[in-house]
Amino acid sequence: MLGLALDLLIAALVIGVALWTVRTRDDFAAIVGFVAYGLLLTLAWARLAAYDVALTEAAIGGGVTGVILLRASIRLKPVATARKPIGARILVGLLCAAISAALAAVVLLPMTPAPSLAIEVRTHLASTGLGNPIAGVLMAYRALDTFLETVVVLLALFGVWSLTPDAAWGGRPAMAVPAAAFGPLPLFGRLLIPVGIVIGVYIVWVGADAPGGKFQGATILAAMWILAMMAGLTQAPSIGRWRLRLLLAAGPIVFLAIGLAGIPLAGAFLAYPEALAKPLILLIEVALTLSIAATLGLLVAGPPDVTPGVEP
Amino acid sequence: MTALVALFSTAAIGAGIIFFLAGTVGLIRFPDGLTRLHALTKADNLGLGLIVIGLLPLSSSVGMALKLVVIWALVQFAGATVAQLIARVARSTERGE
Repeated sequence: MLGLALDLLIAALVIGVALWTVRTRDDFAAIVGFVAYGLLLTLAWARLAAYDVALTEAAIGGGVTGVILLRASIRLKPVATARKPIGARILVGLLCAAISAALAAVVLLPMTPAPSLAIEVRTHLASTGLGNPIAGVLMAYRALDTFLETVVVLLALFGVWSLTPDAAWGGRPAMAVPAAAFGPLPLFGRLLIPVGIVIGVYIVWVGADAPGGKFQGATILAAMWILAMMAGLTQAPSIGRWRLRLLLAAGPIVFLAIGLAGIPLAGAFLAYPEALAKPLILLIEVALTLSIAATLGLLVAGPPDVTPGVEP
Repeated sequence: MTALVALFSTAAIGAGIIFFLAGTVGLIRFPDGLTRLHALTKADNLGLGLIVIGLLPLSSSVGMALKLVVIWALVQFAGATVAQLIARVARSTERGE
């Protein structure tokens, strides 16, 4: 009874914050609403006992996306948002309502019995050497999806870099918060970053057997890097450095190489030889963690705006 | 013994919730940024601290209890830093800089 009341309260809050975020006219307020919405969704996933999804939503949905949106909105010049003509607004509303109705129909009118591979996953999980079925699905059964996800993150970074002004190409993004040299931010960075790195590595490591994993852990590592850059403890790297580019590409390259090696060794793309499944998955996870952390950090840092060779 | 532990946990978590409630009321009702910040930080450190103290006897292992304490310490640390940063911005805008 109490559980149901809590679920209804969370559902009502999610819908309320979503409506408020869409309705508000101010960029900053809408982004704050979006972050709050992400945190409420985290609670909803946690209530559904989907802790892996909850962790991802908190780290990426609420955290990193919120920061990227904030930095983007600061860069955008304020534009007078003219209200679209009434016809266009009605059309958009109808399309959104149609998508919502279709999704609601899928959820509310499920096939009986619902198609599920959960039991199959449980039975064969031991052969991957992993204890967390989510990690098993991500790294073994649906490895192709995971591989493409990591490539998409890299492509997003290319998109951000393509906004670089000509003069700054090969330079580095300016990240330090003005007057960061004074006040609590550098102290906070110095004390928090070592702790945060340990927690990030722990979340990656524990992901094999419990909720956690490379995306969540990499986000924490990226956050520590971003904090160091914002506090002025370190500078963002020049995007032309080949070592940086190698780091960014290492995850997808290792994943692809092991995937291709699976064709002769295990009979299919992205299949692992059974004896080597656990070490190979671990190798991919480590490479992906480093690449995703670097990519997320640079996504937040944004396009370079410091001309190479010219120090401000 | 179990009843005593349950009583202690309920009392501590209840007191924590009161601090969160008071902090929220302050956030909505107080007149300016600095006083609102003052109300919020009380919810962060005292409210969450009391809830963690209430949860400690209920945790399944020493490791779990330690994690709860670490979470409280991290929130405390982040909250104090962010409060300082926001207060600096609030004061400089007040002075019209």
